[in-house]
Amino acid sequence: MDALLDDWVGRIRETAARGGKLAIRGGGSKAFYGGSESGEPFAVGDYQGIVAYEPTELVVTARAGTRLADLAATLAEKGQWLPFEPPLFGPQATVGGMLACGLSGPRRQAMGAVRDFVLGVRLLDGRGELLSFGGQVMKNVAGYDVPRLLAGSLGTLGVILEVSLKVLPRPVAECSLRLAIDEAAALQQLNRWGGRPLPISASAWHDGVLTLRLSGAAAAVAAAQRTLAGELLDDAVAAAFWQSLREQEHAFFAGEGPLWRLGLPSVAPPQALGPTLIEWGGAQRWLRGGEAAVIREAAARAGGHATLFRGETTLKAAAGVFQPLSEPLATIHRKLKQAFDPQGIFNPGRMYPDL
Amino acid sequence: MESTLADRYTVDRPELVTRLRAVLPTNALLAEEEAMRPYDCDGLTAFRQLPLLVALPENEAQAQAILRICHDLRAPVVPRGAATGLSGGATPHPDGVLVSLAKLKKIIAVDPLARTAIVQPGVRNLAVSEAAAPYGLYYAPDPSSQIACTIGGNVAENAGGVHCLKYGLTVHNVLRVRGLTIAGDIVEFGNAALDAPGYDLLALLNGSEGLLAMITEVTVRLTPKPELAQVVIASFDDVRKAGDAVASIIAAGIIPAGLEMMDKKATHAVEPYVNAGYDLEAEAILLCESDGTPEEVAEEIGRMRAVIEKSGAAGIRVSQNEAERLRFWAGRKAAFPAVGRLTPDYLCMDGTIPRRRLAEMLEAINALSIKYALRCANVFHAGDGNLHPLIMYDANQPGELDRATAFGAEILELSVRFGGTITGEHGVGVEKIMLMAEQFSLAEIDTFHRLKAAFDEHGLLNPGKGVPTLARCREYTQARAGTAAASARP
Repeated sequence: MDALLDDWVGRIRETAARGGKLAIRGGGSKAFYGGSESGEPFAVGDYQGIVAYEPTELVVTARAGTRLADLAATLAEKGQWLPFEPPLFGPQATVGGMLACGLSGPRRQAMGAVRDFVLGVRLLDGRGELLSFGGQVMKNVAGYDVPRLLAGSLGTLGVILEVSLKVLPRPVAECSLRLAIDEAAALQQLNRWGGRPLPISASAWHDGVLTLRLSGAAAAVAAAQRTLAGELLDDAVAAAFWQSLREQEHAFFAGEGPLWRLGLPSVAPPQALGPTLIEWGGAQRWLRGGEAAVIREAAARAGGHATLFRGETTLKAAAGVFQPLSEPLATIHRKLKQAFDPQGIFNPGRMYPDL
Repeated sequence: MESTLADRYTVDRPELVTRLRAVLPTNALLAEEEAMRPYDCDGLTAFRQLPLLVALPENEAQAQAILRICHDLRAPVVPRGAATGLSGGATPHPDGVLVSLAKLKKIIAVDPLARTAIVQPGVRNLAVSEAAAPYGLYYAPDPSSQIACTIGGNVAENAGGVHCLKYGLTVHNVLRVRGLTIAGDIVEFGNAALDAPGYDLLALLNGSEGLLAMITEVTVRLTPKPELAQVVIASFDDVRKAGDAVASIIAAGIIPAGLEMMDKKATHAVEPYVNAGYDLEAEAILLCESDGTPEEVAEEIGRMRAVIEKSGAAGIRVSQNEAERLRFWAGRKAAFPAVGRLTPDYLCMDGTIPRRRLAEMLEAINALSIKYALRCANVFHAGDGNLHPLIMYDANQPGELDRATAFGAEILELSVRFGGTITGEHGVGVEKIMLMAEQFSLAEIDTFHRLKAAFDEHGLLNPGKGVPTLARCREYTQARAGTAAASARP
């Protein structure tokens, strides 16, 4: 493996010296996400393996190319998992890609996101320096929190080599409920329930139906089930439903039209922008179709932001994938990019055109 | 001691005073030594330094004006909250303006439906929970200093507490930070949603020790108050057994709301002070909390009990009511002041280690205690591996502070060697700045400087804290290599 890293360091330095660009690729499962890939392919998917796993420390360290499915299987043997339910979007999904894309699944509303669970990273920066930040312990405030900064950075700051993650035991009990309710009432209810100590671990509203998942101690799940009423779903049906949301295999996500992801305050009212699927207690809203400028403006007005999650290359180029940044923030972004990647060789344009 | 780590800046003080007076009310600028003296240190009282000036802005606009002037005149700026920090993050700079944000103490809004509170940086940690209490909500991170410490400081240090394992650190409970860059630009990191576009600068701000931006407003996430909490208190005749019990609890799939350990020296310091009811015969005690619905707590306490019994606990008690639960916790929360009663001075270390190395670490600390002839009590956030050895010394006895400092440094070096870190929640500040060279390579330290420069190109925000200069790292590493070579000689 050391020979491989030496090779990569050489390639990064050589590319930087001649003003080239590199498109970092793990399993390629999320190549659709963000701006178009450009630059020479830089494949890191073979850098695999779980480096350390200590179940009683609740920490696992894996090389970036480790398949997420393999990692999940190893954790499952000990009754543990990554509680933010990262979407795979394909069997080739890797640990590095998971961190670089920063995406989380249905359980995010209760458990937190990728960035909340990353403890440490090793990476190669744009000068080919091998750097290590954070570590394998849960509390660590020595130096700036580079590991969390890398969550969602889309490979623009460096080549992620190794990731340490906090893991958790799987809940003892789980069940899912279904209720008929309109969008406004569902949002109101979800926020009210959010203020009570209920074990709601996921929620999804679409087309007049609200589905809730409860997770935790058996007694807590049973008590909440009585409180919330609703129709109890068969376990297999429920598992398939949440999986279909996590992997975007639900009918809502089918078809070619653009898919927008709105990150909004959970209390934001219905946006009436088109067909909608609501997750995360109201904080994540998926939208099909619509006018980019209108969506972006509505998201900003509601106190959030809109991402063109899937769409044609031409639309992405015209509308931009991510909500534009304020000028002071954009300046900090450019300077941070320069701090890690002075020649701008990694994944140019994958996040913003000028990064 | 005077802080000697800060590089000096050439600042035109009369010009600075004139320009600051023009934008601040009379009582918002202190320039006399007598008036500035109360600001000469934070919770790390061993380091004292008078600042050039003290400014006390009453609002964001005044803070912005101060920063613009300081930026213009290239004067360092040190932000300060309640100054309860233990690593000297708010130690003044001799050539800089200490900016106290204590007057920015309004709770701007509590939104029970959204479960958020918008507060100014000078609002005390506990005040947020008090304001949220009528809605059945609270702010989860609870550092021991929560009566006094402020939210701005909590964000700057990424403060923890005794419930982090289940409820997270400050970084997990803050949605948005509004702040000022050193150039005086207003920036919003994060928002009222769960994520924001671009790099996760909000995560970067947490724990940045006031080196990246000055915080003027924070949106925190509020958590529903559990219906019930109960704590199991277990005694062990051997610290190793206590350490094993911690691992067994986690291995059983239990995430306690709090999981704390105290050694015999700590319980003996605490018991006469608060009468917590601790077993004074025990070599170590463990506090293990469960919270949730009454059914959930009953189920979990049963599981905890079974695991702890199997780990060979000498005694187990479960709190029978809220008063008893609070009494059990009072001892842990009062550990620092209780130790403070036993000694004129103490240094509080903050290393984090993988939990499995706990017993080894405690044995090493006992050996170091003999080597340096200084007493040391241990309190430990066992759930997340964060250890707080309290090294007792007397600053008036020649050499004791130096011995205490060397003792502490050895503990932190061990923490790094065990795969941990020199600081879990108190920050690097001035106290541990040179130890950064133990944990990070020159290339990593250099990356920190580059990252800092992306926010503050002239290095004016809280200079001399957090990250050592590359030159000092090289000196330190050389000196260490020299010591190692000398001690290797027969």
